[in-house]
Amino acid sequence: MNKKATLIVHSGDLDKVMSAFVIGLGALSMGMEVSIYFTFWGLERLKKEMLDKAPLSRKGMFGLGRWMIRRKMKQAGVASLDKMLSDFVELGGKILACDMTMEIMGVNKEALRDDVISDYCGVGTYIKEAMESDITLFI
Amino acid sequence: MAEIKIDCINKTCPVPLVETRKALRKALKGDVVEVRGTHRSSKKEIPMAVKSMGLELLSVEEEGNVWSIRIRK
Repeated sequence: MNKKATLIVHSGDLDKVMSAFVIGLGALSMGMEVSIYFTFWGLERLKKEMLDKAPLSRKGMFGLGRWMIRRKMKQAGVASLDKMLSDFVELGGKILACDMTMEIMGVNKEALRDDVISDYCGVGTYIKEAMESDITLFI
Repeated sequence: MAEIKIDCINKTCPVPLVETRKALRKALKGDVVEVRGTHRSSKKEIPMAVKSMGLELLSVEEEGNVWSIRIRK
């Protein structure tokens, strides 16, 4: 069986979601299986048109920091979150949405990127996948 | 057998690694994938990925600051 990585994305911040995708893509590229669970503020990023609207965890400066970092990312040749998500799905990565967060926040499937989400699930699925994983991270 | 070339010049982490993986997934057994890039760490990491997937690393070359890696699926 392939080696496996399971990540939880709890944060909705641009820098943290980006790190999660970089790690997830790296693991897929090394031949691992990867699942990323989006929960709480992370789930916000799975709403339609919301992925690239993420704020920064620090140095936000009312949007100025985000604008600056995105410009620098572009200059440095870093892929956008939208591109990372489509590459992640293309390489067979699984995107999972936390159904408990959906209930708390009153989010329905229609509001989310159902086209990229493999499953809607709870903590039991995460634990089951984590037990089979070689790497698990909480971001 | 096809030869697939990917250009990752001026792309940074993790783009060269990801583009290599995407090309290898699409390639047929026996095809050769050649990736060229400038990102320093990818020059070391692409061979690591090749090894962990059990594929054949044909060559790693460098000219100026551009490296080129050839892999057989």
